[in-house]
Amino acid sequence: MTHTRRSGTAAIVLWLIFLLACVGIISRTHFTTDLSAFLPRSPTPEQQLLMDQLSDGLASRLILVGIEGADAPTRARLSRQMAQRLRADRTFVSVNNGEPVNTERDRDFLFGNRYLLSPAVTPERFSADGLHAALSDSIDLLASPAGLLVKSLLPRDPTGEMVQLLEQLNSGTQPELVEGAWASRDGTRALMLMQTRAAGSDTDAQQFAMAAIRQAFDQALDQAPGATPSAQLVMTGPGVFSVTSRDTIKRQVTRLSIISLALIATLLLLVYRSFSALALGLLPVISGVLAGIAAVSLGFGAVHGITLGFGTALIGEAVDYSIYLFVQSEQNRADHQNWIKRFWPTIRLGVLTSIAGFASLLLSGFPGLAQLGLYAIAGLIAAATVTRFVLPSLLPANFHIHDLSAIGLTLSRVAQRAAALRWPAAIVLLAACAIVVNNRASLWNDKIASLSPVSQADVELDTRLRADMGAPDVRYLVVVSGASQESVLRASERVSTLLQTQVEQGELAGFETPSRYLPSLSTQRARQASLPPRPILETRLAQAVQGLPVRAQLFTPFLADADAARSQPLLQASDLQQTSMAMAVDALLIQQHGQWRALLPLTAPEGVSIDADPIRAALSAMPDALFVDMKAESDRLYSGYLHEAIVLSLGGLVAIIGLLFVVFRSPMRVLRIIAPLAAAVMTVTAGLSLFGQQMIILHLVGLLLVVAVGSNYALFFDRPDPRTPILPRTLASMLFASLTTVAGFGLLAFSDVSLLQAMGVTVAPGVILALFYSAIFARQSDA
Amino acid sequence: MTRLTRPHFRLCALVWLALLVSPLVQAAPLSIAQLMAGLAKHPQGEATFTETKTISILEQPIESSGELLFIAPARLEKRTLKPKPETMVLDDGILTLERGQRKHVLQLKDYPEVAGMIESIRATLAGDLKALERVYQLALDGSHERWTLVLTPLDPKVGAVIARIRMEGVKDVVRSVEIIQADGDRSLMTIEQLAPPQ
Repeated sequence: MTHTRRSGTAAIVLWLIFLLACVGIISRTHFTTDLSAFLPRSPTPEQQLLMDQLSDGLASRLILVGIEGADAPTRARLSRQMAQRLRADRTFVSVNNGEPVNTERDRDFLFGNRYLLSPAVTPERFSADGLHAALSDSIDLLASPAGLLVKSLLPRDPTGEMVQLLEQLNSGTQPELVEGAWASRDGTRALMLMQTRAAGSDTDAQQFAMAAIRQAFDQALDQAPGATPSAQLVMTGPGVFSVTSRDTIKRQVTRLSIISLALIATLLLLVYRSFSALALGLLPVISGVLAGIAAVSLGFGAVHGITLGFGTALIGEAVDYSIYLFVQSEQNRADHQNWIKRFWPTIRLGVLTSIAGFASLLLSGFPGLAQLGLYAIAGLIAAATVTRFVLPSLLPANFHIHDLSAIGLTLSRVAQRAAALRWPAAIVLLAACAIVVNNRASLWNDKIASLSPVSQADVELDTRLRADMGAPDVRYLVVVSGASQESVLRASERVSTLLQTQVEQGELAGFETPSRYLPSLSTQRARQASLPPRPILETRLAQAVQGLPVRAQLFTPFLADADAARSQPLLQASDLQQTSMAMAVDALLIQQHGQWRALLPLTAPEGVSIDADPIRAALSAMPDALFVDMKAESDRLYSGYLHEAIVLSLGGLVAIIGLLFVVFRSPMRVLRIIAPLAAAVMTVTAGLSLFGQQMIILHLVGLLLVVAVGSNYALFFDRPDPRTPILPRTLASMLFASLTTVAGFGLLAFSDVSLLQAMGVTVAPGVILALFYSAIFARQSDA
Repeated sequence: MTRLTRPHFRLCALVWLALLVSPLVQAAPLSIAQLMAGLAKHPQGEATFTETKTISILEQPIESSGELLFIAPARLEKRTLKPKPETMVLDDGILTLERGQRKHVLQLKDYPEVAGMIESIRATLAGDLKALERVYQLALDGSHERWTLVLTPLDPKVGAVIARIRMEGVKDVVRSVEIIQADGDRSLMTIEQLAPPQ
């Protein structure tokens, strides 16, 4: 007895030290909700690109803003006032609302550098024939409705290089201007497009940027002479999505933990009728949660919000152990030791079974899944260990809970008759199998969008604003890598030539390239060399105007400009500063890890997606160029995870069977334990399919949990000698354990976050089914 | 122009005489509203045009010709066949220009000067008085048989480019559109109706 007491004290001390350590680790833990949990640990080049783009790319830095309500002039005024304020804010690289902020500077830049920038500048164009052709084109343009816009340019730019450049730049569609600010096509909202300085993955910075936008909106509202309360601000974009999903996950995890804790506490209080029992019963849970978070923090360096959500659900499972201890043991200290002797081996086996199942997740290449696996393993071990070694010593001498023998006896009678349900259960199970087999092709959703915690309403808003704005979705990219800026720009120019052919063939609507704004130095030199010396140009021009309704003297300014361009300094990236082109070059030309990369986003023809094969074929001669379909790539990434997770789970099942076989050395007993679990899994899967819910990776985690939790029930119902009846207390403990699990997980089913919801709808019914199937298919004691 | 005025004057005189002898009919000059109502009666029209542009930097005027198609209220197509094929389609505020391989789509609102020119034709053909009055000050001269409508831009920004637009017509049909730019350059488009007005 003294020995037990001393070892009990030691266990308590060790436990407290352990808890302190966990709290210490958790206090330094970084919590994330971004996509990092979904990114692979060892990416391919395409995946690496996907990751970079998701976390840091141009698209990730865009915030689309809409102003709704009020009337069009008010919206436009709010837009202009907000833009004015935000343009002065360092948080934003650019704030666009259609106001001609850079237009003047852009035009000056383009016009001043037209002979370096225009792809039409070739030696042939400045031959007498080339000039004649270019001039007659320009004169024809004068006759057209657009002539008005080019008339003043003719003397300096008779070959129409400026028109060439403007045509290239204006290839994208821009929103309409209403009252001097961008508006949606239906005219119901003003539009703004902002680029943040911080990366899209920097959720705190994105939140800060959102707050700055909101503040600018509020201040603009305050300046309104007649208050305009009907005006509303909406925002969307990848950064906005990560901020709102973080908020959603945080809010839901907090709310669900509080509610589930309250529910479980109420349930336990009803059962135990003792506050001390309730408090003590939650100790293993708290230990498990702390251990789980600390383990993930140590193992992964950061904890994802979803893992925390999972933690709240785990409360429902970890509380089982203390229920088993309190309900199954008699009402005195000696009996707690007796419980340890009689029931602990069974529970230990249940814990081991669960660990075998979850260990498979640790091998997943999907960090999010591996986090859940580690969390579950650490949490379950901690909860079970605390129940076994710490809790009995903490129980006061007079500890007792409400007498449950009446409930136990009733359950006992019910369990006796459960066998009568064998046939109906078998039919249900057969039907479930039939549904699963029949719907096997549509059981899983392997689109990554299914994981997104972003609500449908937000996705629709995003689609709407994006369509209004004509904003790039940056789905298709050609990526060119190289050792220097010059080499990637040169390669981009070669790729552009290939892509231009695709545009002309109608495979592409268009594409963007950094070399358009910043041609490689060699191309710039070649363009300079295309311009002949002034005397030669003058002679050729005189020949070129033959037969055209213009005099050569008109073009004296052109001769001077062309001559100056021959020796003008070549364009550098820094020359673009303060122009709209700088933003494009910054986004499309990236230096990272000592390597240069140029991105060439492709635009699909309207209403069609891009056919990758002809483009890959066209690029096949260029080993440095890579065609990436970001959406296909991310879907492929996720479906890879999903299939890997399915294989790993099957591996986990094999491990569980192996473990049971090693312990029992009887195929029949293993079968009897596995059968109710398999039946529960099958029925839940069929049920989800029947309700039209396609399974995502978190349903799979849920099924693993069903196996983990259900294995305890199956083990309790399993007895080597069918003549020993199951104790009524054991039955009562299983009922309460399953009720707490259902309370913990069932709540998740009501979450808006698909990841949490998936676990809830799987585990709650699965656990109940596992209990029923275990009871129904247990060997009958009176047999 | 003077050539045409004389028979026109005779016609007017005849009409005036007729009105004198018929006391039941009130003599009244053509009002803009009447003209617009008359123009609005033709929901659709097809015509050929010849356009002469006189531009100071060019030694001689450039001529172009082609076809016009108007479908009320918002679609106007101008298909230039000579000297180079070119299509300009205005449909509900969106201007599409096609030259050779190139195609441009513009929001007309973004280009007030161009919009001023094209809207004047569209709105006149449609008999859309409100649209015209938004952009121009209107002055109508003549009678239903022969009228002249002069549009002067209200917006000084448009006025800096377009001095005025002068349209001539007979009954419910526009015969010519002359655009006089602020810098003295001008274009004259004469319109020859193809299909009879419906």
